[in-house]
Amino acid sequence: MSDKHKKDDHDYETTGHSWDGIEEYNKPLPKWWLMIFYACIVWGVGYTIAYPAWPGVRTATAGLLGWSTRGNVEQAIQDHEAELAPINERLASAELTEIAGDPELNTYAQNAGAAVFRTWCAQCHGSGAAGAKGYPNLLDDDWLWGGTIEDIHYTVTAGIRNEDTDEEYIRQSAMPAFGRDDLLSGEEIDQVVNFVMTLSGEEPQDASLVEAGAEVYDINCASCHAEDGTGDRTQGAPNLTDAIWLYGGDYETLHETVYNARYGIMPPMGGADLSEAEIRAVATYVHGLGGGE
Amino acid sequence: MTNYIKLILLGVVAIFSLIAANYARDAAYMVHAIIIFLVTAGLFLWTLRQTDEPVPAKVLETSYLDGVVRYGVIATAFWGVVGFAAGTFIAAQLAFPVLNFDWAQGYMNFGRLRPLHTSAVIFAFGGNALIATSFYVVQRTSAARLWGGNLAWFVFWGYNLFIVLAATGYLLGGTQSKEYAEPEWYVDLWLTIVWLAYLAVFVGTIVKRKEPHIYVANWFYLSFIITVAMLHVFNNLSIPVSIWGSKSVQVFSGVQDAMTQWWYGHNAVGFFLTAGFLGMMYYFVPKQAERPVFSYKLSIVHFWALIFIYIWAGPHHLHYTALPDWASTLGMVFSIVLWMPSWGGMINGLMTLSGAWDKLRTDPIMRMLVISVGFYGMSTFEGPMMSIRAVNSLSHYTDWTIGHVHSGALGWNGMITFGALYFLTPKLWNRERLYSLSLVSWHFWLATIGIVLYAASMWVTGIMEGLMWREVDANGFLVNSFADTVSAKFPMYVVRALGGGLYITGAIIMCYNLWMTVKRAPAVEASAAAAHATPAE
Repeated sequence: MSDKHKKDDHDYETTGHSWDGIEEYNKPLPKWWLMIFYACIVWGVGYTIAYPAWPGVRTATAGLLGWSTRGNVEQAIQDHEAELAPINERLASAELTEIAGDPELNTYAQNAGAAVFRTWCAQCHGSGAAGAKGYPNLLDDDWLWGGTIEDIHYTVTAGIRNEDTDEEYIRQSAMPAFGRDDLLSGEEIDQVVNFVMTLSGEEPQDASLVEAGAEVYDINCASCHAEDGTGDRTQGAPNLTDAIWLYGGDYETLHETVYNARYGIMPPMGGADLSEAEIRAVATYVHGLGGGE
Repeated sequence: MTNYIKLILLGVVAIFSLIAANYARDAAYMVHAIIIFLVTAGLFLWTLRQTDEPVPAKVLETSYLDGVVRYGVIATAFWGVVGFAAGTFIAAQLAFPVLNFDWAQGYMNFGRLRPLHTSAVIFAFGGNALIATSFYVVQRTSAARLWGGNLAWFVFWGYNLFIVLAATGYLLGGTQSKEYAEPEWYVDLWLTIVWLAYLAVFVGTIVKRKEPHIYVANWFYLSFIITVAMLHVFNNLSIPVSIWGSKSVQVFSGVQDAMTQWWYGHNAVGFFLTAGFLGMMYYFVPKQAERPVFSYKLSIVHFWALIFIYIWAGPHHLHYTALPDWASTLGMVFSIVLWMPSWGGMINGLMTLSGAWDKLRTDPIMRMLVISVGFYGMSTFEGPMMSIRAVNSLSHYTDWTIGHVHSGALGWNGMITFGALYFLTPKLWNRERLYSLSLVSWHFWLATIGIVLYAASMWVTGIMEGLMWREVDANGFLVNSFADTVSAKFPMYVVRALGGGLYITGAIIMCYNLWMTVKRAPAVEASAAAAHATPAE
């Protein structure tokens, strides 16, 4: 028996069957194969004793090690939070305007804020915070609703045009859909779009309409965007004179904007999603990107 | 008489599908109703023209039914190229998103083409290969003609109709959003009918075999057919929203649905892509090597171990999800115990060559079969390793999974199918040999390099992505945003698309070679051909 594995093929019989010319040797199972197979089974039985595995009628065995994925992640979150609890408490209770002046707090808030931003904000504002069509660039100093640390903090907490919030909510406004709702005729829209183009020094598409457009603007637009076109932050009405466009400043896009209006929203991050410390951290981060006031 | 029954049946279905097309609630359903109308109306006319015509004297059906295998070979090659082309294109779409053309949104964007690719390679290419080879192998190893007369033809055409319905459905948005089980309810019902017919043909042939024992390849084929039938039925249990629309609602919900889906999904790999293809391996490897199979005992033990253990391994697709820990543990343990049973097939394939290793140098078809078994061994080691929870926490949701699947699919399933096609074509068309062996070598090297580029780039990008996702700074905050990982993967995506390009180039060379074999290669002399096509008594 002991020298069996040394035999070469000629010493083994086939099983005696032949299918379409195919025969089979009657060789034993390779020993290493069988040993590893047994070892895997033994290990498997042991593992199922150590870890939650065998289902009963209502529950399953919990395993001798008391391990569970939920317990695992809860532990990891607890450890993380316990470690950061002191500094998070400081951050949550500090005066917003004083964070930047406190080196330790500021460094922490910048790092934590960057992580929050990458997880929660980058989807719309871009991982570099440069924004995209309809999503404001956070690197420049053009702010729709204000760029102080308090303004940013409020925006992150409460969102923009968030429809279920309290009465004191101050990020609510809506531009009328001048074309869709028949507030202006096609001709008037054409005129006012040409006028708006001139506000930021653009060449209008049709210069002859600009003068009439100015009149349309005074009656319909100036109440929010201001007579000189510099906008109104209390209503989130953009500045039309700075050549920074959220949706685009070309004729077609402006026409679309005036005709259908825009209603950009941002979800509120306060409450369930982010803690106060996290909101302050991300506000500090965004405030520090370059355009903070 | 049967013709009249057929006429009534076809007429009813044709009229019903016209009505269905009229009331259709979505585009996929309407197009499908029109396709079914055209097929049934065509068959109606064809049957009508034959009815009451004198029936030609019945040919004595002693020879093997090889016509359907020939069609299967052609369909395999055709769908292979279609599936590889779709795959290479979507690989390019991932590297260059601009290829999601605006004018083709809703039809040819990545989301629509991805299931088209997976179904085309697994079910159209792989499925036709399995049906064709199983019909060939079961006849040879049972020394009996296929059971059921023209039922085998019904299986072939019915299965390919299923593929057309599935593919057009994906492009038009008819999907139940279950991976590898996307076709909607009526397509599922049709496949069930076809599959039961397939089972009947296969079992019928085994029952009337003239050999005393059932050859091991047929055990594997049979386990594949039976298990796929069971998986398909349970995973697709759903209630149509309307009889006039493609949408349906799954019977299971939440984590039960997820578990059923991955019980199905994993065993689609286990029984479709492993057991079925092992059936191919057990015929074509010893046949091409002209050597006895290494060990009969090993084939018995690894067969039963494989089919018993594979069916429990599905939960490893759902580690760290809502799936309870106990199920996840069992999935992992069964996956690891599965390692050796899987390798039993590799050992029996590779060791069959012992004493004939020189064939690797001289026979490119043998080389293809052997590297396929090699990739099988590699994937069946990688799989259990990735099912370990700790490894999975890094690898899950990354491109590593995609790399793993493709080293199995391109390496194991693809290569063994190519080997089988090269083996079958000269035999089925009575040719002495292939048109060109050096083209086979070209195919071999293009495909192998393509696989290496594909798998290596996906390992690199998968592990990189996994590490980037979990990277934290000193305070425990995440360092990378999701978009950072996407942009970091770009070069590897280009390499992957390149690998796909090489692979499909090889496949196109194969098609040319097979075509020229049929057209140009010298024919086998008549008496030898007749001997080949007749069951041994």
